[in-house]
Amino acid sequence: MFESRLNVMKFAIALLAGPQDPAARSALSFAQAALDGGHQISRLFFYRDAVHLASDLAVQPQDESDIAREWREFISSNELDAVVCIAAALRRGVLNEAEASRWERPVANSGQPWVLSGLGQWVDAMQSADRAVTFGS
Amino acid sequence: MDLALAAAAFGVPVSLLFLDSGVMQLLKGQESALIKQKSLTANLKALPIFGVEDLFVCQHSLSERGLQSNQLLLPAKPVEGAEIAALLEQYDQVVTL
Repeated sequence: MFESRLNVMKFAIALLAGPQDPAARSALSFAQAALDGGHQISRLFFYRDAVHLASDLAVQPQDESDIAREWREFISSNELDAVVCIAAALRRGVLNEAEASRWERPVANSGQPWVLSGLGQWVDAMQSADRAVTFGS
Repeated sequence: MDLALAAAAFGVPVSLLFLDSGVMQLLKGQESALIKQKSLTANLKALPIFGVEDLFVCQHSLSERGLQSNQLLLPAKPVEGAEIAALLEQYDQVVTL
């Protein structure tokens, strides 16, 4: 009945580029297309400047798209595992409550649905996925 | 480098290919402290300890920069052209950073 089910693939998707880079949009479109096509996303991994997407503080002009908000809504509505490299995040000032407290910073600017964790999560995702796709450089 | 070490720590077999300006990372005798940068020497030397022993370097990238393999910090095997294509064929995952 659902023949396409036979071809369901598990994707691990990494994004390296920041919110201003077109790769941030391409990655989101790819991820949406993957789910629309009946595939699964086992993990999203945000590295290098892509960690800025996990900041809740960035404000976009009203007539421009808000890629960080779109990512956040996409991740939340599909209940995806979205891991942000903790080392890349800390050095760029993207901190959740736990890290803000640990490093004695006055504010936290990240939280659900993002998870701060290590590069090992990317390694693990690549090992278990059928396809690992990287966007940005 | 961080990813290679993370993968090795997870017990995933890893090889590294240095190409384009990435070959500069392998150059011996760099005084990174003079420009307030962290030295990668310690990380590079840690690679074999973590089991990352298959190191390759693009011969063409070395030549372009006037470098020779005896100027490198670690014994990386020079490869070029078709050899690189054949090399990449051997791996399940190729990550470019």
